[in-house]
Amino acid sequence: MLPLFRLARAPLTSLRLLPLRACSHTPMDRPVESSIRAKLSRTLAPTHLEVRNESHLHAVPAGSESHFRVLVVSPSFEGLPLVQRHRLVNEALREELAGSVHALSIQAKTPQQWSSDPSLAKSPPCMGGSKHDPGMRLRSDRE
Amino acid sequence: MNHLFRLSAGLLRSGTAGLYRRRPVPEGHVSLVVARLFSSEPENSELGQLIKKDKVVVFIKGTPAQPMCGFSNAVVQILRMHGVDDYASYNVLEDQDLRQGVKNFSNWPTIPQVYFNGEFVGGCDILLQMHQNGDLVEELKKLGIHSALLDANKDEQKK
Repeated sequence: MLPLFRLARAPLTSLRLLPLRACSHTPMDRPVESSIRAKLSRTLAPTHLEVRNESHLHAVPAGSESHFRVLVVSPSFEGLPLVQRHRLVNEALREELAGSVHALSIQAKTPQQWSSDPSLAKSPPCMGGSKHDPGMRLRSDRE
Repeated sequence: MNHLFRLSAGLLRSGTAGLYRRRPVPEGHVSLVVARLFSSEPENSELGQLIKKDKVVVFIKGTPAQPMCGFSNAVVQILRMHGVDDYASYNVLEDQDLRQGVKNFSNWPTIPQVYFNGEFVGGCDILLQMHQNGDLVEELKKLGIHSALLDANKDEQKK
């Protein structure tokens, strides 16, 4: 099946074509996203899991896997304060966070919390930090 | 004029010379520069002291006047909404040692990072949720900080 393309939501200047993610689901296309999904599934046994690559919302090259938003609904979070829940997610994704993942937004809910408020939060607008970020440049130089 | 951020007064003590240096930058904004000596300390005890010097301490990209990242900006805006205008803010983009040091110290992989009374609170997501569910007002109260949103609510109720 030929991959489909869609116009990226690029501000102002040039149009960027990106693969339509929903159609090309091969792990090889998006190794980091696949790895995140697999690890969270394995360690937290979520009843609901969403993994979104939000790199295109930030000042990084097209096709990057640097900025992610995850929503994890799991009974493992019962009785845990937010910071502990987030630490569980961070721990599961330690390798990715030491690698190309530069930003990780987390929503960690119990199944009850999810059923009473089934919404995915939105990330704040990018302020272009990655453009001025020596850490990001170093990473992209290595790649 | 509200000072949205300040460096901890302790950093100016001559006793800590060699560990921290303040240097003026062109815009007149004073930034924190952490000397290389600090990064070699295994327990990061200097960071341990830094986070306790002020009730509210944030490590962000940029400054409260000019955040360089949407997530860091969210932290700044939330604190501003609650009328918290006296807190210590450290710009990790200015010093890669500080940036990695605080991640190691907190065992937290991302920036921004928020500390209340020397205790790690979380990043942008957690602060936002605390703001939305009312926990932030309570936590600020424990710090002896009266949230501006309490006054805003009272005004609403009077109408």
